[in-house]
Amino acid sequence: MAATPLPLEVRNIKKRFGDTEVLKGLSLQARQGDVITLIGASGSGKSTFLRCMNLLEQPNEGDLLVHGEEIRFKQTKHGREPADWNQVVRMRAKLSMVFQSFNLWAHMTLLENVIEAPVHVLGKSRKEATDHARSLLDRVGLADRADYYPAQMSGGQQQRGAIARALAMDPEVMLFDEPTSALDPELVGDVLKVMRDLADEGRTMIVVTHEMAFARDVSTQVMYLHQGVVEEAGPPDDVLGNPRSERLRQFLAPKH
Amino acid sequence: MQALIDWFTALLADNTIFNAQTLGYYGSGLVTTVQLVFLSLVIGLVMAVPLAIGRSSRRRWISLPIFLYTYVFRGTPLLIQLYLIYYGVVFFEGIQETWLWVFLEDPFVPALIAFTLNTAAYTTEIFRGAIKATPRGEIEAARAYGMSQRLMMRRIILPSAFRRALPAYGNEVIFMLHASAIASVVTIMDLTGAARFIYARYYAPFDAFLFVAAIYLCVTFAILYLFRYLEKRMLAHLKPVEQ
Repeated sequence: MAATPLPLEVRNIKKRFGDTEVLKGLSLQARQGDVITLIGASGSGKSTFLRCMNLLEQPNEGDLLVHGEEIRFKQTKHGREPADWNQVVRMRAKLSMVFQSFNLWAHMTLLENVIEAPVHVLGKSRKEATDHARSLLDRVGLADRADYYPAQMSGGQQQRGAIARALAMDPEVMLFDEPTSALDPELVGDVLKVMRDLADEGRTMIVVTHEMAFARDVSTQVMYLHQGVVEEAGPPDDVLGNPRSERLRQFLAPKH
Repeated sequence: MQALIDWFTALLADNTIFNAQTLGYYGSGLVTTVQLVFLSLVIGLVMAVPLAIGRSSRRRWISLPIFLYTYVFRGTPLLIQLYLIYYGVVFFEGIQETWLWVFLEDPFVPALIAFTLNTAAYTTEIFRGAIKATPRGEIEAARAYGMSQRLMMRRIILPSAFRRALPAYGNEVIFMLHASAIASVVTIMDLTGAARFIYARYYAPFDAFLFVAAIYLCVTFAILYLFRYLEKRMLAHLKPVEQ
Protein backbone atom coordinates (compact mmCIF):
# COMPACT_ATOMS: atom_id res chain seq x y z
CA MET A 1 0.00 0.00 0.00
CA ALA A 2 1.19 3.48 -0.80
CA ALA A 3 2.01 5.58 2.23
CA THR A 4 0.15 8.70 1.15
CA PRO A 5 -3.50 8.30 0.27
CA LEU A 6 -4.74 9.34 -3.16
CA PRO A 7 -6.23 12.86 -3.31
CA LEU A 8 -9.31 11.48 -5.03
CA GLU A 9 -10.50 8.03 -5.92
CA VAL A 10 -13.87 7.09 -7.38
CA ARG A 11 -14.96 3.50 -7.88
CA ASN A 12 -17.67 2.17 -10.09
CA ILE A 13 -19.94 5.23 -10.15
CA LYS A 14 -23.41 4.61 -11.57
CA LYS A 15 -25.99 7.32 -12.11
CA ARG A 16 -29.53 7.12 -13.40
CA PHE A 17 -31.90 9.94 -14.34
CA GLY A 18 -35.29 8.26 -14.29
CA ASP A 19 -34.93 5.14 -16.42
CA THR A 20 -31.89 6.37 -18.32
CA GLU A 21 -28.58 5.17 -17.01
CA VAL A 22 -26.13 7.96 -17.83
CA LEU A 23 -23.08 6.62 -15.99
CA LYS A 24 -22.53 2.89 -16.22
CA GLY A 25 -19.84 2.21 -13.67
CA LEU A 26 -17.01 4.74 -13.99
CA SER A 27 -13.83 4.71 -11.95
CA LEU A 28 -10.95 7.11 -11.67
CA GLN A 29 -7.83 7.48 -9.57
CA ALA A 30 -6.16 10.86 -9.25
CA ARG A 31 -2.63 10.79 -7.87
CA GLN A 32 -0.91 13.89 -6.58
CA GLY A 33 -0.08 16.12 -9.55
CA ASP A 34 -2.24 14.26 -12.06
CA VAL A 35 -4.09 16.22 -14.70
CA ILE A 36 -6.89 14.02 -15.95
CA THR A 37 -8.96 15.27 -18.87
CA LEU A 38 -12.36 13.86 -19.62
CA ILE A 39 -13.37 14.14 -23.26
CA GLY A 40 -16.38 12.96 -25.21
CA ALA A 41 -19.39 14.15 -27.16
CA SER A 42 -22.19 16.00 -25.40
CA GLY A 43 -24.39 13.55 -23.57
CA SER A 44 -21.50 11.17 -22.97
CA GLY A 45 -21.82 11.79 -19.21
CA LYS A 46 -18.51 13.54 -18.63
CA SER A 47 -19.97 16.56 -16.82
CA THR A 48 -22.29 14.37 -14.77
CA PHE A 49 -19.31 12.21 -13.82
CA LEU A 50 -17.42 15.31 -12.66
CA ARG A 51 -20.44 16.55 -10.70
CA CYS A 52 -20.72 13.19 -8.97
CA MET A 53 -17.18 13.67 -7.63
CA ASN A 54 -18.23 16.52 -5.32
CA LEU A 55 -21.77 15.19 -4.96
CA LEU A 56 -23.53 18.00 -6.79
CA GLU A 57 -25.18 14.94 -8.32
CA GLN A 58 -25.85 11.94 -6.09
CA PRO A 59 -24.52 8.76 -7.68
CA ASN A 60 -26.90 5.80 -7.36
CA GLU A 61 -23.99 3.43 -6.81
CA GLY A 62 -20.27 3.60 -6.29
CA ASP A 63 -17.67 4.72 -3.78
CA LEU A 64 -15.94 8.02 -3.33
CA LEU A 65 -12.71 8.50 -1.39
CA VAL A 66 -11.23 11.93 -0.74
CA HIS A 67 -7.70 11.76 0.62
CA GLY A 68 -8.35 8.20 1.71
CA GLU A 69 -11.54 9.04 3.57
CA GLU A 70 -14.55 7.18 2.28
CA ILE A 71 -17.83 9.06 1.95
CA ARG A 72 -20.59 7.22 3.76
CA PHE A 73 -23.99 6.81 2.11
CA LYS A 74 -27.37 5.67 3.33
CA GLN A 75 -30.54 4.61 1.57
CA THR A 76 -33.56 6.86 2.03
CA LYS A 77 -36.95 6.82 0.39
CA HIS A 78 -35.66 9.47 -2.04
CA GLY A 79 -32.77 7.23 -3.06
CA ARG A 80 -29.18 7.08 -1.92
CA GLU A 81 -27.95 10.06 0.07
CA PRO A 82 -24.80 10.87 2.01
CA ALA A 83 -25.13 9.64 5.58
CA ASP A 84 -23.35 12.63 7.06
CA TRP A 85 -23.70 16.01 5.38
CA ASN A 86 -20.96 17.44 7.59
CA GLN A 87 -18.60 14.96 6.00
CA VAL A 88 -19.74 16.11 2.55
CA VAL A 89 -19.21 19.76 3.48
CA ARG A 90 -15.70 18.90 4.69
CA MET A 91 -14.98 16.92 1.55
CA ARG A 92 -16.26 19.64 -0.79
CA ALA A 93 -13.95 22.16 0.85
CA LYS A 94 -11.04 20.01 -0.39
CA LEU A 95 -12.29 19.82 -3.97
CA SER A 96 -12.93 23.17 -5.52
CA MET A 97 -14.84 23.47 -8.72
CA VAL A 98 -14.64 25.82 -11.68
CA PHE A 99 -17.88 26.00 -13.66
CA GLN A 100 -18.69 26.46 -17.31
CA SER A 101 -20.74 29.59 -16.55
CA PHE A 102 -18.31 30.90 -13.86
CA ASN A 103 -21.04 31.15 -11.18
CA LEU A 104 -19.35 33.95 -9.28
CA TRP A 105 -21.67 35.40 -6.64
CA ALA A 106 -23.11 38.45 -8.38
CA HIS A 107 -23.73 40.61 -5.32
CA MET A 108 -20.11 40.44 -4.16
CA THR A 109 -17.01 42.07 -5.58
CA LEU A 110 -14.35 39.82 -7.03
CA LEU A 111 -12.26 40.07 -3.85
CA GLU A 112 -15.27 39.23 -1.69
CA ASN A 113 -15.98 36.25 -3.94
CA VAL A 114 -12.45 34.94 -3.43
CA ILE A 115 -12.37 35.32 0.38
CA GLU A 116 -15.98 34.17 0.97
CA ALA A 117 -15.43 30.43 1.37
CA PRO A 118 -11.99 30.65 3.07
CA VAL A 119 -13.46 32.96 5.73
CA HIS A 120 -16.88 31.39 6.22
CA VAL A 121 -16.22 27.73 5.41
CA LEU A 122 -12.58 27.25 6.40
CA GLY A 123 -12.70 29.80 9.22
CA LYS A 124 -9.63 31.78 8.14
CA SER A 125 -9.21 35.32 9.39
CA ARG A 126 -10.38 38.03 7.01
CA LYS A 127 -6.94 39.61 6.96
CA GLU A 128 -5.14 36.39 6.09
CA ALA A 129 -7.74 35.49 3.45
CA THR A 130 -7.57 38.95 1.89
CA ASP A 131 -3.77 38.87 1.62
CA HIS A 132 -3.91 35.42 0.04
CA ALA A 133 -6.73 36.51 -2.29
CA ARG A 134 -4.79 39.54 -3.51
CA SER A 135 -1.77 37.43 -4.38
CA LEU A 136 -4.02 34.94 -6.22
CA LEU A 137 -5.75 37.71 -8.16
CA ASP A 138 -2.34 39.02 -9.07
CA ARG A 139 -1.41 35.54 -10.36
CA VAL A 140 -4.42 35.32 -12.64
CA GLY A 141 -3.83 38.87 -13.85
CA LEU A 142 -6.77 40.52 -12.12
CA ALA A 143 -5.09 42.55 -9.36
CA ASP A 144 -6.72 45.73 -10.66
CA ARG A 145 -10.19 44.14 -10.79
CA ALA A 146 -10.46 43.20 -7.08
CA ASP A 147 -13.26 45.70 -6.39
CA TYR A 148 -15.25 45.04 -9.56
CA TYR A 149 -18.51 43.14 -9.52
CA PRO A 150 -18.77 40.06 -11.78
CA ALA A 151 -21.21 41.83 -14.13
CA GLN A 152 -18.57 44.47 -14.76
CA MET A 153 -15.99 41.98 -16.07
CA SER A 154 -15.62 40.04 -19.30
CA GLY A 155 -16.25 36.30 -19.37
CA GLY A 156 -12.55 35.54 -19.46
CA GLN A 157 -11.90 37.77 -16.46
CA GLN A 158 -14.80 36.19 -14.58
CA GLN A 159 -13.46 32.72 -15.27
CA ARG A 160 -9.94 33.64 -14.15
CA GLY A 161 -11.55 35.16 -11.06
CA ALA A 162 -13.41 31.90 -10.51
CA ILE A 163 -10.10 30.04 -10.73
CA ALA A 164 -8.66 32.38 -8.08
CA ARG A 165 -11.70 31.61 -5.93
CA ALA A 166 -11.02 27.90 -6.36
CA LEU A 167 -7.33 28.30 -5.51
CA ALA A 168 -8.14 30.26 -2.36
CA MET A 169 -9.45 27.03 -0.81
CA ASP A 170 -6.00 25.38 -1.10
CA PRO A 171 -7.80 22.43 -2.68
CA GLU A 172 -6.48 18.87 -2.89
CA VAL A 173 -8.07 18.53 -6.30
CA MET A 174 -9.49 21.10 -8.68
CA LEU A 175 -12.48 20.13 -10.80
CA PHE A 176 -13.00 22.04 -14.06
CA ASP A 177 -16.36 21.68 -15.81
CA GLU A 178 -15.85 22.87 -19.41
CA PRO A 179 -14.16 26.06 -18.19
CA THR A 180 -13.72 27.61 -21.63
CA SER A 181 -16.93 26.53 -23.35
CA ALA A 182 -18.87 29.71 -22.53
CA LEU A 183 -16.08 32.07 -23.58
CA ASP A 184 -15.50 34.03 -26.75
CA PRO A 185 -12.68 32.44 -28.73
CA GLU A 186 -10.26 35.32 -28.10
CA LEU A 187 -10.71 34.97 -24.32
CA VAL A 188 -10.07 31.22 -24.16
CA GLY A 189 -6.29 31.60 -24.36
CA ASP A 190 -5.93 33.57 -21.10
CA VAL A 191 -7.92 31.01 -19.14
CA LEU A 192 -6.03 28.06 -20.64
CA LYS A 193 -2.74 29.73 -19.85
CA VAL A 194 -3.69 30.03 -16.18
CA MET A 195 -4.70 26.36 -16.19
CA ARG A 196 -1.42 25.32 -17.81
CA ASP A 197 0.49 27.19 -15.09
CA LEU A 198 -1.49 25.37 -12.44
CA ALA A 199 -0.70 22.02 -14.04
CA ASP A 200 2.99 22.96 -14.23
CA GLU A 201 3.13 23.70 -10.51
CA GLY A 202 1.82 20.22 -9.77
CA ARG A 203 -1.84 20.84 -8.99
CA THR A 204 -4.08 17.80 -9.15
CA MET A 205 -6.75 18.61 -11.70
CA ILE A 206 -9.69 16.87 -13.32
CA VAL A 207 -10.81 18.73 -16.42
CA VAL A 208 -13.84 18.22 -18.61
CA THR A 209 -12.97 19.97 -21.83
CA HIS A 210 -13.35 20.22 -25.58
CA GLU A 211 -9.90 21.80 -25.92
CA MET A 212 -7.95 18.93 -27.51
CA ALA A 213 -4.69 20.89 -27.57
CA PHE A 214 -4.94 21.36 -23.81
CA ALA A 215 -5.73 17.67 -23.32
CA ARG A 216 -2.76 16.66 -25.49
CA ASP A 217 -0.17 19.04 -24.02
CA VAL A 218 -1.07 19.24 -20.36
CA SER A 219 -2.82 16.11 -19.17
CA THR A 220 -1.18 13.06 -17.67
CA GLN A 221 -4.19 10.96 -18.51
CA VAL A 222 -7.05 11.27 -20.98
CA MET A 223 -10.37 9.46 -20.59
CA TYR A 224 -12.71 9.23 -23.54
CA LEU A 225 -16.32 8.72 -22.47
CA HIS A 226 -19.10 7.44 -24.66
CA GLN A 227 -22.65 6.88 -23.40
CA GLY A 228 -21.60 6.61 -19.79
CA VAL A 229 -18.70 4.21 -20.33
CA VAL A 230 -14.95 4.85 -20.48
CA GLU A 231 -14.17 3.81 -24.02
CA GLU A 232 -10.48 4.57 -23.95
CA ALA A 233 -8.14 5.85 -21.27
CA GLY A 234 -4.42 6.35 -20.92
CA PRO A 235 -1.61 8.81 -21.57
CA PRO A 236 -2.56 11.49 -24.11
CA ASP A 237 -0.06 10.28 -26.67
CA ASP A 238 -1.73 6.87 -26.79
CA VAL A 239 -5.37 7.93 -26.58
CA LEU A 240 -5.21 11.03 -28.76
CA GLY A 241 -2.21 10.07 -30.93
CA ASN A 242 -3.19 6.52 -31.60
CA PRO A 243 -6.90 5.98 -30.99
CA ARG A 244 -7.96 2.32 -31.10
CA SER A 245 -11.68 2.72 -31.62
CA GLU A 246 -13.36 4.02 -34.75
CA ARG A 247 -15.62 6.21 -32.62
CA LEU A 248 -12.76 8.07 -30.97
CA ARG A 249 -11.06 8.48 -34.36
CA GLN A 250 -14.22 10.13 -35.66
CA PHE A 251 -14.53 12.24 -32.53
CA LEU A 252 -10.96 13.50 -32.97
CA ALA A 253 -11.26 14.04 -36.73
CA PRO A 254 -11.12 17.75 -37.61
CA LYS A 255 -14.58 19.20 -38.12
CA HIS A 256 -15.50 21.89 -40.55
CA MET B 1 -38.46 84.00 13.93
CA GLN B 2 -41.14 86.40 15.09
CA ALA B 3 -41.21 87.87 11.60
CA LEU B 4 -41.81 84.40 10.16
CA ILE B 5 -44.70 83.78 12.54
CA ASP B 6 -46.20 87.18 11.70
CA TRP B 7 -45.89 86.45 8.01
CA PHE B 8 -47.54 83.10 8.49
CA THR B 9 -50.39 84.50 10.57
CA ALA B 10 -50.99 87.17 7.95
CA LEU B 11 -51.02 84.54 5.23
CA LEU B 12 -53.67 82.54 7.06
CA ALA B 13 -55.71 85.53 8.17
CA ASP B 14 -57.96 85.45 5.10
CA ASN B 15 -59.06 81.87 5.35
CA THR B 16 -61.15 80.18 7.94
CA ILE B 17 -59.91 76.63 7.55
CA PHE B 18 -56.15 76.65 7.86
CA ASN B 19 -55.54 78.16 11.27
CA ALA B 20 -53.03 77.11 13.89
CA GLN B 21 -55.47 74.61 15.38
CA THR B 22 -56.32 72.73 12.17
CA LEU B 23 -52.66 72.69 11.14
CA GLY B 24 -52.01 71.14 14.54
CA TYR B 25 -54.51 68.39 13.69
CA TYR B 26 -52.73 67.74 10.41
CA GLY B 27 -49.40 67.72 12.23
CA SER B 28 -50.41 65.15 14.83
CA GLY B 29 -52.21 63.20 12.09
CA LEU B 30 -48.94 63.02 10.16
CA VAL B 31 -47.15 61.75 13.27
CA THR B 32 -49.81 59.06 13.81
CA THR B 33 -49.68 57.97 10.16
CA VAL B 34 -45.90 57.76 10.14
CA GLN B 35 -45.86 55.83 13.43
CA LEU B 36 -48.51 53.39 12.23
CA VAL B 37 -46.90 52.79 8.84
CA PHE B 38 -43.34 52.68 10.12
CA LEU B 39 -44.10 50.26 12.96
CA SER B 40 -46.18 47.93 10.80
CA LEU B 41 -43.52 47.93 8.08
CA VAL B 42 -40.68 47.17 10.48
CA ILE B 43 -42.53 44.38 12.30
CA GLY B 44 -43.88 43.06 9.00
CA LEU B 45 -40.38 43.00 7.52
CA VAL B 46 -38.97 41.12 10.50
CA MET B 47 -41.81 38.58 10.21
CA ALA B 48 -41.50 38.27 6.43
CA VAL B 49 -37.89 37.06 6.34
CA PRO B 50 -38.40 33.74 8.19
CA LEU B 51 -41.84 33.36 6.59
CA ALA B 52 -40.35 33.73 3.10
CA ILE B 53 -37.67 31.15 3.90
CA GLY B 54 -40.37 28.80 5.16
CA ARG B 55 -42.56 29.53 2.15
CA SER B 56 -39.64 28.50 -0.12
CA SER B 57 -39.19 25.24 1.77
CA ARG B 58 -39.74 21.99 -0.04
CA ARG B 59 -41.46 20.56 3.02
CA ARG B 60 -45.16 21.08 2.51
CA TRP B 61 -46.07 21.13 6.18
CA ILE B 62 -43.93 24.27 6.48
CA SER B 63 -44.75 26.00 3.22
CA LEU B 64 -48.48 25.23 3.06
CA PRO B 65 -49.61 27.04 6.25
CA ILE B 66 -47.55 30.07 5.23
CA PHE B 67 -49.13 29.99 1.79
CA LEU B 68 -52.58 29.88 3.39
CA TYR B 69 -51.70 32.87 5.56
CA THR B 70 -50.44 34.97 2.64
CA TYR B 71 -53.38 33.83 0.49
CA VAL B 72 -55.95 34.94 3.07
CA PHE B 73 -54.30 38.30 3.74
CA ARG B 74 -53.67 39.06 0.09
CA GLY B 75 -57.05 37.70 -0.91
CA THR B 76 -59.22 39.92 1.30
CA PRO B 77 -59.45 43.72 1.45
CA LEU B 78 -57.35 45.39 4.11
CA LEU B 79 -60.45 47.31 5.24
CA ILE B 80 -62.26 44.04 5.99
CA GLN B 81 -59.21 42.73 7.86
CA LEU B 82 -59.18 45.92 9.92
CA TYR B 83 -62.91 45.61 10.71
CA LEU B 84 -62.54 41.96 11.65
CA ILE B 85 -59.65 42.64 14.02
CA TYR B 86 -61.04 45.90 15.44
CA TYR B 87 -64.62 44.73 15.98
CA GLY B 88 -63.88 41.02 16.15
CA VAL B 89 -61.68 40.88 19.23
CA VAL B 90 -64.46 41.92 21.59
CA PHE B 91 -66.35 38.75 20.72
CA PHE B 92 -63.74 36.74 22.55
CA GLU B 93 -65.49 36.10 25.84
CA GLY B 94 -63.89 37.95 28.73
CA ILE B 95 -61.09 39.62 26.76
CA GLN B 96 -61.91 42.91 28.47
CA GLU B 97 -60.77 41.38 31.76
CA THR B 98 -57.36 40.23 30.54
CA TRP B 99 -54.17 42.27 30.31
CA LEU B 100 -54.53 42.22 26.50
CA TRP B 101 -57.35 44.72 26.76
CA VAL B 102 -54.93 47.40 27.92
CA PHE B 103 -53.55 47.32 24.36
CA LEU B 104 -56.67 46.46 22.42
CA GLU B 105 -58.74 49.25 23.92
CA ASP B 106 -56.82 51.79 21.89
CA PRO B 107 -57.79 51.57 18.18
CA PHE B 108 -54.12 52.08 17.27
CA VAL B 109 -53.20 48.53 18.29
CA PRO B 110 -55.84 46.61 16.27
CA ALA B 111 -54.96 48.81 13.29
CA LEU B 112 -51.28 48.09 13.80
CA ILE B 113 -51.99 44.35 13.98
CA ALA B 114 -54.09 44.42 10.79
CA PHE B 115 -51.53 46.48 8.86
CA THR B 116 -48.61 44.38 10.09
CA LEU B 117 -50.24 41.08 9.15
CA ASN B 118 -51.18 42.51 5.78
CA THR B 119 -47.79 43.93 4.86
CA ALA B 120 -46.02 40.84 6.20
CA ALA B 121 -48.10 38.70 3.81
CA TYR B 122 -47.23 40.82 0.77
CA THR B 123 -43.57 41.14 1.79
CA THR B 124 -43.34 37.38 2.30
CA GLU B 125 -44.46 36.83 -1.28
CA ILE B 126 -42.08 39.51 -2.61
CA PHE B 127 -39.15 37.85 -0.82
CA ARG B 128 -40.21 34.37 -1.83
CA GLY B 129 -40.16 35.42 -5.48
CA ALA B 130 -36.73 36.95 -5.00
CA ILE B 131 -35.40 33.84 -3.22
CA LYS B 132 -36.75 31.62 -5.98
CA ALA B 133 -35.04 33.79 -8.59
CA THR B 134 -31.56 33.22 -7.13
CA PRO B 135 -29.42 32.03 -10.05
CA ARG B 136 -29.01 28.24 -9.84
CA GLY B 137 -25.33 28.48 -10.65
CA GLU B 138 -24.65 30.67 -7.63
CA ILE B 139 -26.37 28.16 -5.35
CA GLU B 140 -24.41 25.34 -6.95
CA ALA B 141 -21.16 27.22 -6.42
CA ALA B 142 -22.06 27.75 -2.75
CA ARG B 143 -22.69 24.02 -2.34
CA ALA B 144 -19.55 23.10 -4.23
CA TYR B 145 -17.50 25.33 -1.90
CA GLY B 146 -18.67 23.45 1.16
CA MET B 147 -21.35 25.81 2.46
CA SER B 148 -24.02 24.32 4.67
CA GLN B 149 -27.66 25.09 3.90
CA ARG B 150 -27.80 27.65 6.68
CA LEU B 151 -24.57 29.42 5.71
CA MET B 152 -25.64 29.52 2.08
CA MET B 153 -28.97 31.10 3.07
CA ARG B 154 -27.23 33.72 5.18
CA ARG B 155 -24.33 34.58 2.90
CA ILE B 156 -25.58 33.97 -0.65
CA ILE B 157 -29.34 33.56 -1.05
CA LEU B 158 -30.70 36.25 1.29
CA PRO B 159 -28.24 39.04 0.42
CA SER B 160 -28.84 38.40 -3.25
CA ALA B 161 -32.64 38.13 -2.81
CA PHE B 162 -32.94 41.31 -0.70
CA ARG B 163 -31.28 43.29 -3.44
CA ARG B 164 -33.57 41.84 -6.08
CA ALA B 165 -36.61 42.53 -3.89
CA LEU B 166 -35.75 46.16 -3.22
CA PRO B 167 -37.72 47.85 -6.05
CA ALA B 168 -40.82 45.74 -5.39
CA TYR B 169 -40.52 46.38 -1.66
CA GLY B 170 -40.33 50.12 -2.26
CA ASN B 171 -43.71 49.84 -3.95
CA GLU B 172 -45.07 47.94 -0.97
CA VAL B 173 -43.93 50.74 1.39
CA ILE B 174 -45.75 53.37 -0.69
CA PHE B 175 -48.78 51.12 -0.90
CA MET B 176 -48.85 50.77 2.90
CA LEU B 177 -48.60 54.53 3.36
CA HIS B 178 -51.67 55.03 1.21
CA ALA B 179 -53.51 52.03 2.63
CA SER B 180 -53.05 53.51 6.09
CA ALA B 181 -55.68 56.12 5.15
CA ILE B 182 -58.34 53.57 6.07
CA ALA B 183 -57.17 53.64 9.70
CA SER B 184 -59.41 56.68 10.06
CA VAL B 185 -62.55 54.50 9.81
CA VAL B 186 -61.79 53.00 13.22
CA THR B 187 -61.55 56.48 14.80
CA ILE B 188 -57.78 56.86 14.51
CA MET B 189 -56.80 60.49 13.93
CA ASP B 190 -54.22 59.85 11.28
CA LEU B 191 -53.70 62.23 8.33
CA THR B 192 -56.93 61.22 6.65
CA GLY B 193 -58.71 61.25 10.01
CA ALA B 194 -57.58 64.84 10.53
CA ALA B 195 -58.80 65.78 7.06
CA ARG B 196 -62.18 64.17 7.71
CA PHE B 197 -62.47 66.01 10.99
CA ILE B 198 -61.68 69.37 9.42
CA TYR B 199 -64.06 68.66 6.55
CA ALA B 200 -66.81 67.93 9.07
CA ARG B 201 -66.02 70.98 11.17
CA TYR B 202 -65.84 73.54 8.33
CA TYR B 203 -67.76 71.73 5.59
CA ALA B 204 -64.91 72.36 3.17
CA PRO B 205 -64.14 68.93 1.68
CA PHE B 206 -62.10 70.15 -1.26
CA ASP B 207 -59.64 72.24 0.76
CA ALA B 208 -59.32 69.69 3.56
CA PHE B 209 -58.63 66.69 1.32
CA LEU B 210 -56.54 68.57 -1.24
CA PHE B 211 -54.19 69.65 1.52
CA VAL B 212 -53.91 66.13 2.92
CA ALA B 213 -53.24 64.79 -0.58
CA ALA B 214 -50.33 67.21 -0.81
CA ILE B 215 -48.91 65.88 2.46
CA TYR B 216 -49.17 62.26 1.22
CA LEU B 217 -47.37 63.33 -1.94
CA CYS B 218 -44.54 64.82 0.10
CA VAL B 219 -44.13 61.68 2.22
CA THR B 220 -44.23 59.52 -0.92
CA PHE B 221 -41.53 61.68 -2.42
CA ALA B 222 -39.34 61.09 0.64
CA ILE B 223 -39.89 57.30 0.36
CA LEU B 224 -39.10 57.32 -3.35
CA TYR B 225 -35.92 59.24 -2.67
CA LEU B 226 -34.88 56.85 0.11
CA PHE B 227 -35.38 53.82 -2.11
CA ARG B 228 -33.60 55.41 -5.02
CA TYR B 229 -30.64 55.96 -2.72
CA LEU B 230 -30.80 52.37 -1.43
CA GLU B 231 -31.05 50.95 -4.94
CA LYS B 232 -28.11 53.00 -6.07
CA ARG B 233 -26.01 51.54 -3.26
CA MET B 234 -27.33 47.98 -3.07
CA LEU B 235 -27.78 47.33 -6.77
CA ALA B 236 -24.36 48.69 -7.74
CA HIS B 237 -23.34 45.17 -8.74
CA LEU B 238 -25.79 45.16 -11.64
CA LYS B 239 -24.59 48.38 -13.20
CA PRO B 240 -21.98 48.33 -15.93
CA VAL B 241 -18.78 50.05 -14.87
CA GLU B 242 -18.47 53.70 -15.89
CA GLN B 243 -16.24 54.12 -18.87
